Amino acid sequence: MAVALAVLTGFGGCASERLQPIQQPPSFTRELVAKGAELAHLGNCMGCHTAEGGKAYAGGTPIKTPFGTIYGTNITPDANTGIGRWSQEAFARAMREGVDRDGGNLYPAFPYDHFTKLADEDIAALYAFLMTREPVRQENRANQVPIPRAFIGVWKSRYLERGAYQPVADRSAEWNRGAYLVQGLGHCGACHTPRNAMGAERKDAAFAGGEVEGWHAPALNSASPSPVPWTVEALHEYLRHGIADLHAMSAGPMAEVVHDLSQVADADVRAIATYVASLDTRSGAERNRAREAALARARASKAVQGNAVYDGSCGDCHNRGRGEEGGALELPLGTALTIPTARNLATIIRDGIVPSEGERGAWMPAFAGALTDQQLTDLLIYLRALSGQPAWPNVAADVRQISRGH
Amino acid sequence: MATLDVNGRVHEVHADDATPLLYVLREDLGLNAAKFGCGLGQCGACTVLADGEAIFSCITPISVVQGRKIRTVEGLGTAEKPGPMQQAFIEAQAAQCGYCIPGMMMRTQALLERKPAASEADIRAALQPHLCRCGTHMRIVRAAARAAELMRGKS
Repeated sequence: MAVALAVLTGFGGCASERLQPIQQPPSFTRELVAKGAELAHLGNCMGCHTAEGGKAYAGGTPIKTPFGTIYGTNITPDANTGIGRWSQEAFARAMREGVDRDGGNLYPAFPYDHFTKLADEDIAALYAFLMTREPVRQENRANQVPIPRAFIGVWKSRYLERGAYQPVADRSAEWNRGAYLVQGLGHCGACHTPRNAMGAERKDAAFAGGEVEGWHAPALNSASPSPVPWTVEALHEYLRHGIADLHAMSAGPMAEVVHDLSQVADADVRAIATYVASLDTRSGAERNRAREAALARARASKAVQGNAVYDGSCGDCHNRGRGEEGGALELPLGTALTIPTARNLATIIRDGIVPSEGERGAWMPAFAGALTDQQLTDLLIYLRALSGQPAWPNVAADVRQISRGH
Repeated sequence: MATLDVNGRVHEVHADDATPLLYVLREDLGLNAAKFGCGLGQCGACTVLADGEAIFSCITPISVVQGRKIRTVEGLGTAEKPGPMQQAFIEAQAAQCGYCIPGMMMRTQALLERKPAASEADIRAALQPHLCRCGTHMRIVRAAARAAELMRGKS
């Protein structure tokens, strides 16, 4: 066993071969580029490769990880600072093996553990799309991660399972398409699956809920904290529009994902919804009971009065429910109240939910400035009680941290 | 009963703790600068300052702002002697119907107290939560920039 591990890690630590540069990008069909554009949305590539206010796909986006800050790289076809000299072979190798054109290991913040599942034709389309973007000359920022790249070889030998997605025979084509997108390009598990001490997704806890950039990404499996259990229809609506009946609207990193999914084929969103809904394997009866209990709690909450901050700041909208104009979701139906941490709710109340500049989208006002840390803490404790869940630990500490900007 | 410090004057107010600050300002204290627009924190017309922070007074209950220094447009100057913020909005003729302007002024005031050399980009970003249906945005931005000059003592 020890020998086997040594061999594995030794092998994994080896640098890969440097691949020859290309002189200029080849030409592509319009159809292939258009397909690649949709795939880039399905993969939320911009999330990491486009900085706020920066040029598209030119990188520079800080990604905070427990190991340090990693910066999304320039993946425009600029010859000197982007991937303009990368052959399709080099691009495919980066996607599947986590190796750059020079043969150096890439940090797994780039989710090649998911992209390794991609079909050849999808990699070709993504390559065609990226190589036809406007080249932007912008140097990559140095990562602030005190872990040598050689160590990544060891990580890969343990956690990178290479190989394309294999369809499950007794499932529908739609389900398999959804599984392919969720496990592969969509890399949903990168946020929704908890990670081990080595930063690898825990395969024994797939979709059990994870942490990303100060947000908790809720569980998507049977441990889903959604008060009203998700259905294919509700997930489809949510993923498409960021808002669905009886569910809270998308916020934080998920709002970006929804924005991307508004740009792709509806059939793909439906396929993703089909697969994700199947991750919750509770019986129909059990899901129904949860649904009825949540709806009863929501009805009861409208009648409750007596918390001045809730009544004065939240109740005007949230007691109306979505049915009425200007109405918002009854809060006991909000997942932010039922997840294991107060951080999401605290962030939403402080910063509101605001569409990106110039865009339309779901909206909630920000209460930063209006509520002191103590008032926000008290409100969070009150809201948690509305959800019927046991009190959150460390609410005050979470609020202080969020006030300081995460 | 609540004690509110508004524009440097302390008021005893008989109202429920959950009463929006806006209602108390307008109905109990007769301070009509802050406007009721949407009542949902969507339009910004009700914006006032609490300890220098711009807040939507329509969704802020009075219990939350007790002990904090509240400021409204009435505290920035008078019709006879307008303060720099008011002077700037007059010079730029930024108001058409004027309904949104008090909120715009208070948000700008908060920005400039925090960042006296605010850029136009800063001003635009700060005023994001405010709507103007007349479409005087360009003049409002100009007025805000002018207010920055006046507040820095430039005539």
